[in-house]
Amino acid sequence: MITVSGIHKSFGKVHAVRGVSFSAPDGKITGLLGPNGAGKSTTLRVLYTVLKPDEGSAVIDGADVVTDSLAARQKIGALPHGAGLYPHLTARENVAYYANLCALPKSEIDDRVADIIRLLEIEEFADRRTKGFSQGQRTKVSLARALVHDPQNVILDEPTNGLDVMATRSLRHLILKLKDAGRCVLFSSHVMQEVAALCDDICIIANGQVAIDDSIEGIRERTGQEDLEDAFVSAIQMVGEE
Amino acid sequence: MRTFLTVFFKEILDNIRDRRTLASALIMGPIFGPVMFAFVINMSIDRALDNTESSMDLPVIGQEHAPNLMRFLESRNIVIVEGPEDIDGAAEAVKTGKHDVVLVVPENFGEQLADTIPARVELFSDEANSQGEKEARRARNALYAYNQQLAGIRLSARGINPMLLRPINVDEVDVSTPSGRSAMLLGMMSYFFIFALLMGGMYLAIDTTAGERERGSLEPLLSLPVTRGQLILGKIMATCVFMAASLMLSLLSFFVVLKFMPLEQLGMTPNFGLPVVAAAFFLLLPFVLLGASLMTLVASFTKSYKEAQTWLSVVLIAPTLPILVVSILTLRPQLEFMFVPSLSQHLILVDMVKNEPLNGLHIAISVCSTLFFGAVLTWACARLYRREGLLG
Repeated sequence: MITVSGIHKSFGKVHAVRGVSFSAPDGKITGLLGPNGAGKSTTLRVLYTVLKPDEGSAVIDGADVVTDSLAARQKIGALPHGAGLYPHLTARENVAYYANLCALPKSEIDDRVADIIRLLEIEEFADRRTKGFSQGQRTKVSLARALVHDPQNVILDEPTNGLDVMATRSLRHLILKLKDAGRCVLFSSHVMQEVAALCDDICIIANGQVAIDDSIEGIRERTGQEDLEDAFVSAIQMVGEE
Repeated sequence: MRTFLTVFFKEILDNIRDRRTLASALIMGPIFGPVMFAFVINMSIDRALDNTESSMDLPVIGQEHAPNLMRFLESRNIVIVEGPEDIDGAAEAVKTGKHDVVLVVPENFGEQLADTIPARVELFSDEANSQGEKEARRARNALYAYNQQLAGIRLSARGINPMLLRPINVDEVDVSTPSGRSAMLLGMMSYFFIFALLMGGMYLAIDTTAGERERGSLEPLLSLPVTRGQLILGKIMATCVFMAASLMLSLLSFFVVLKFMPLEQLGMTPNFGLPVVAAAFFLLLPFVLLGASLMTLVASFTKSYKEAQTWLSVVLIAPTLPILVVSILTLRPQLEFMFVPSLSQHLILVDMVKNEPLNGLHIAISVCSTLFFGAVLTWACARLYRREGLLG
């Protein structure tokens, strides 16, 4: 369960996030939707504690990301945007490195790494060095790495970027599996269809602010648009006009 | 502790598999120093031999007119060769640089000598040609010496002491000692060790900071439930291991190279056996922490791999500065110098290699102050890693 309350963040003169609040409950998929530069990534980076908010805070399963960041990090698995692997290590070694850093019991690491490799269908290239991996292969390994310690909360920043249809589909299946296991999944995207196909709740962000935070039906209703893309556009315009 | 060890072993494994890092740690640093050293030593040997023993060719026109003079010149290791056809040819040959110097002995040289008229010879040289000037000077000196010899013989024949012609006798005394002569070369040597040491960890320092950021692997790493202090400590320690390995290799390669160098010809007998190799390793070991933390710190500030490379090549040169200043000012080792890393190691190492008694206090200060600076920089790295600006 992730609760975000009134986050502000500026970079120099750019006020990137201006009071974003929303919550992502367990057992549901929450989508963070918005155009490029809306502040999605910044919000997520605050959640996985690499950025400190100027104002406001967020709580992950009771741990505050500002005052108790180490505990908050223990409860999440994060896939940052454009996450890179270590090219000289094999996929399995990349995943095992994170398993070790997450302090999983030594005796369980091999099994756990093998499990997640099977789950994400990367057995075929698991023992090859990651140098020269395709975008889809890299994303899968990054995801395996983020999920190896079986976190309750999963934060994915634009995970489908650069993936082909098949890879996107298998990622979608995985996210649904996580939901069925009662996990809290929060992911960002700028593609409306993708969010609509997966999410229970959608939080549309534009210009550093939350435009609408509702279910798909609720968004249709409140914007008065039947087509989701039109709903998206008019929600963004609502913020722009303020 | 487990985080630290995990990061440490991962960085070691990762970089052992990286050919560039391995090449710079195990080949570039350790080989570059000894090769450079061998080159400079050989050049000094060549030059030392050049001044006294090498022969020079002297083209002479009309050598048949002065057989005694020719024998005298040959006794001075000057080889007489056939000159150009005539005087015009001689001037032309010197002007075009075909010969550096040409000696012309006129037909009446013998007659003039017998009549005690100053016998005329002509020496063609090009004063503007600095290379040829050396040869011309040697020929001129030889002619003056012959002149002196003949004058002495003439005076003796008339019952006059030839010493009358030498009111002053100038004796030049060279006070440089063999160890003093080798001091400059030894100074170079200690810098090579520091260079090899830094080179060994340079790519690690870049890879674990700027490289990790550029690759996009830093952000997921920082989102893990670990403290950043442990991450950076593991990275610095892995860099230290590479630097120490590189240092050891360069000491050993020097040990091997010195065995094959004709240093006795230069009057140098450096004390560089295996015990000194071991002692030098432990003397320079504190510098490893300083080097690793300094390089990591500098690389952390940079935005990209390339920028880090540029800045770290400046760091590679930095340790020479104190050594250079002291060498130029020819200062003797003093207590204060021992507080300066790189300089203190250099001075102690030079004493070691010269086989001079070592000052225990100096060594203690050198080790402690270098470790202190290393610890301060490591702490600064850990501080820097807590900043969010780190992600760039």
